[in-house]
Amino acid sequence: MKPAPFAYKKARSLDEAIALLGENPDARLLAGGQSLMATLNMRLSAPSLLIDINGIGGLGGIAHKSGAVEIGALARHTDAERSATIAQHAPLIARAMPFIGHPAIRNRGTLGGSIAFADPAAELPACLLALDGEVDAQGPKGKRTIKAGDYFKGLYETALGPQEILTAIRLPAASADTRVGFAELARRHGDYAIVGLAASARADGKGLKDVRLAYFGVGNTPLRAAGSEAALARGDIDGAVAALDLDPHDDIQATGAVKKHLAGVLLRRVAAQLMEQRP
Amino acid sequence: MKITADSPPVLSVLDRPNSYIGRAVPRPNLQRLTQGRGQYISDVTLPRMAHVAYLRSPHAHARIVSIATEAAKKAPGVVAVVTGTELAKVMTPWVGVLTHLKGIKSAPQYPIAVDRACWQGEAVCAVVARTRAQAEDACELIDIVYEELPAVTNPETALDPATPVIHASLGDNLCFERKLDVGEVDKAFANSDAVVEATFVTGRHTGVCTEPRAVVADWNEGEQRMTVYHATQAPHMMQNLFAKHLDLSESQVRVLTKDVGGSFGIKVHTYADEMATVALSKLLKRPVKFVADRIESFVTDIHARDHRIKGKIGVTRDGVITAFEIDDLTGIGPYSVYPRTSGIEANQVVNLTGGPYNCPNYRAQARVVFQNKNVMCQYRAVGHPIAVAVTEGLVELAAAKIGMDPLEIRRRNLFPDDGYPAQTASGLKLEQLSHHEALAHLDTMINYAALRAEQKALRDKGIYRGIGFASFIEVTNPSAAFYGVGGAKITSQDGATVKLDAQGAITIHSGVTEQGQGAEAVLAQCVASSFGVSMDRVRVVTGDTDNTPYGGGTWASRAAGIGGEAAWQAGKALRGNVLAVAGAMLQAKPEELDIRNGVVVDKTTGAERLGLDELARVAYFRPDTLPPGFQAELMVTRHYVPRGWPFAFTNGIQASYLEVDTDTGFVKLLRHWCVEDCGTIINPQLVNEQIRGGVVQGIGAALFEQCLYDERGQMLNGNMADYLVPMAVEMPDIDCGHVVSPTADSELGAKGAGEAGTAGAPACIMNAINDALRPLGAQPLTDMPFTPGKILRALGKV
Repeated sequence: MKPAPFAYKKARSLDEAIALLGENPDARLLAGGQSLMATLNMRLSAPSLLIDINGIGGLGGIAHKSGAVEIGALARHTDAERSATIAQHAPLIARAMPFIGHPAIRNRGTLGGSIAFADPAAELPACLLALDGEVDAQGPKGKRTIKAGDYFKGLYETALGPQEILTAIRLPAASADTRVGFAELARRHGDYAIVGLAASARADGKGLKDVRLAYFGVGNTPLRAAGSEAALARGDIDGAVAALDLDPHDDIQATGAVKKHLAGVLLRRVAAQLMEQRP
Repeated sequence: MKITADSPPVLSVLDRPNSYIGRAVPRPNLQRLTQGRGQYISDVTLPRMAHVAYLRSPHAHARIVSIATEAAKKAPGVVAVVTGTELAKVMTPWVGVLTHLKGIKSAPQYPIAVDRACWQGEAVCAVVARTRAQAEDACELIDIVYEELPAVTNPETALDPATPVIHASLGDNLCFERKLDVGEVDKAFANSDAVVEATFVTGRHTGVCTEPRAVVADWNEGEQRMTVYHATQAPHMMQNLFAKHLDLSESQVRVLTKDVGGSFGIKVHTYADEMATVALSKLLKRPVKFVADRIESFVTDIHARDHRIKGKIGVTRDGVITAFEIDDLTGIGPYSVYPRTSGIEANQVVNLTGGPYNCPNYRAQARVVFQNKNVMCQYRAVGHPIAVAVTEGLVELAAAKIGMDPLEIRRRNLFPDDGYPAQTASGLKLEQLSHHEALAHLDTMINYAALRAEQKALRDKGIYRGIGFASFIEVTNPSAAFYGVGGAKITSQDGATVKLDAQGAITIHSGVTEQGQGAEAVLAQCVASSFGVSMDRVRVVTGDTDNTPYGGGTWASRAAGIGGEAAWQAGKALRGNVLAVAGAMLQAKPEELDIRNGVVVDKTTGAERLGLDELARVAYFRPDTLPPGFQAELMVTRHYVPRGWPFAFTNGIQASYLEVDTDTGFVKLLRHWCVEDCGTIINPQLVNEQIRGGVVQGIGAALFEQCLYDERGQMLNGNMADYLVPMAVEMPDIDCGHVVSPTADSELGAKGAGEAGTAGAPACIMNAINDALRPLGAQPLTDMPFTPGKILRALGKV
């Protein structure tokens, strides 16, 4: 299990990394390496060049500014896990964090890497979608911001262009009426979930509004469950479960039918979390 | 999982003033290993050493039409590219059969496939290069043309006339078949008040070792000698096999086994790629290293437990078991594994089913069929988890059917503790077991009545908890009856050589091997106790066929019971020799002296007479001062082999308490208990660690682990992300309890403890799940592993 030969360059700036991507169409960016190194070692991918972006300044950090939480692409999972800013202003991320792999993985893995890789079974892409967050990207044509709803395009496929680098994730900061819920079912703690659900909403009297449900592990991307969101906003949990229009494929851990059933169970559990929270 | 000390040391008649028997002393190799100074095969680097990578068949069954190696031979760093045909000129093939398994058959297996690949993962070409990475790069340049052949992947149809025969020379796909019919089975079923039938499936899985299989072979052309550094359980067995298939004498082969990172039965077989590595070293006249990576481990390390068993039990309304009947079908790989065969597991299922119970009527059929999947062979607790699942599953289903408590039905049928020696219906001879005492101990340990009350109270709240049990017997300390009588050069005896050095310290060389289980601690304890020194004065040497007594190594829970007894006897013999020297020096009668804490003392008063350092000084450097004609013998060897009984059976009972989430089908393990009887306990901490580790592997079988194949023979989950090894977070606290019935076959009285946990845990979990779901009317779950999907289906939720 040795990777195919590859060249390695440590980029000193974003511009240098973007230029290297332009010169080497099959190059891959190395951030935390928690998914990339495994695929290299198993020779599932064999890029000619790895561009190490870990040395680029200004890509780390977690900050609360102008009603948003901005997470630099190179912030490690462990940084988020221990961040008071995340705990206070991005409680959904705080809830999801313990489910991501194991401490060794969280020490190296980056939030930006997880969003850029866009594994449909991973927690953070679903959180980004549930929070209606956005992604900052920089490429040869400059900077742009992509809304979560426009970002996930297909299996491991995102709106990022071939020469674009994800530089930050921005999430709306939680306010007093923010409600979040998170649950996943994995046969072993730390594994990719059979099915998982990240949710956000706003309290509306005794009910909920602006409900956003993002499932993971049930399709090629994290998936919203729009019908269920509307039902949940009406306070109709049974209706929300009935309205689930997911059609997950069979995989190694569960059949599509089992996943669909479990998605309904998670919906009830997450709905309870959303309802129970008090500011 | 929380570890607490749960058993006080069990003292025995073996206690001497400085005894370590029954005490939880730390392993002597602990510091070295925890400081990262172990020496595993990956740490072995020799001058001119090359690395081999194997190109493996992507097909389950394919004819190899051609192999184009020219490009690979020119790749950077490549030393040689060798095909199966070329290597067959260096090493002869083997056939995995034993004569005492009547009718067992298999086909010749080559170190690298010749003409045909028979499973996905079989090595088809070797690339030797200066680094493993270069070898893997060159593998990508080899062009192999395959003609895919139909793959046999369903055991149920493997014997159908329409199914292709994997080895035409064998005539069919049947490897081995055994039938047994004892007592009056039909009459017993007819006279039963209830008969329960169920089909059990135990999922194909494997033992995932921390250290993968690994070997460095070093052929010395000048010396005409092969040195093999090998992560193996059985160095002498491998010495014989390397010699045999390279056409060398055993004296031309030395096998060195230093530290081994877990084995569980995985590292006691002949692996084609390891044999090929040794042959490549002979061919290339230089050291060659092979370390299996995880991906190739999953498709080449032996798999086990792929069985479907139809079972039937009869009971009277007062709970007397009248008969057992089983029909076992197991699908192995395309070859019976050499030299232990792939027939032993099914043979053990036949031997062990019904084993704890005094029931004279038993009928069994077992068929072992070839498949185009990875090979299957013996993994920890060979056959036991399967037989125990069938037996204990049937017993609890029968108890439920007649409305009897599951412990009560066992009390009414387990062999009585005062009824030994006894014999099972299948003919196993039992020296002395303690089923009832173990059950009573467990009943108290788990506070059964209170647990049932809690279960009932929680059911009223919609929480479904289950309590499951599994009684079991376990083969340990095998005599020659296991393999020797079948013609395999696998010794059941073992030896220990003990010597006093010139400063009065002790070295022991033993034929058993350390796999991380603590065998070296046990050996040091035995020899320190019987000789009379503290353990820090004992150095243990294992794993070197040039320098240790001929022995079997580590398997079938034999290291402590057999290797420990040899060490005990050798220490005792050396004590006698040393006291003879002391007697000569002190002009005392040797029988009036003893050695305690490294000092020769007066046996009666304990008064110190002579230090061992002084004794060694005189014996080695001033023998001229000893009486004329007296010769000090300060190195002795003793061997031991069980003779009184074919096997030292152990027994025990496990309990599981768990909760089933009836919405998700997830099982949460709340607690697990095991009471077992391994005879004399040499080191309670090591015994408990063995029990706990074994239970965890059994839980893996019940809930997590399965090698999944598609109908074309492709393994679908051969990696550590998709193959679920049990992890600490999901494990419950595991409490251990003990009953001690020493075997009279040895002075030490120790039986094996390494496999009892694995034997009973899967059945126990299964019974607990069914106990939890019974009030919901769920169909009994008997198809392992019990995934959330299977549980939801049983509940009718999907």
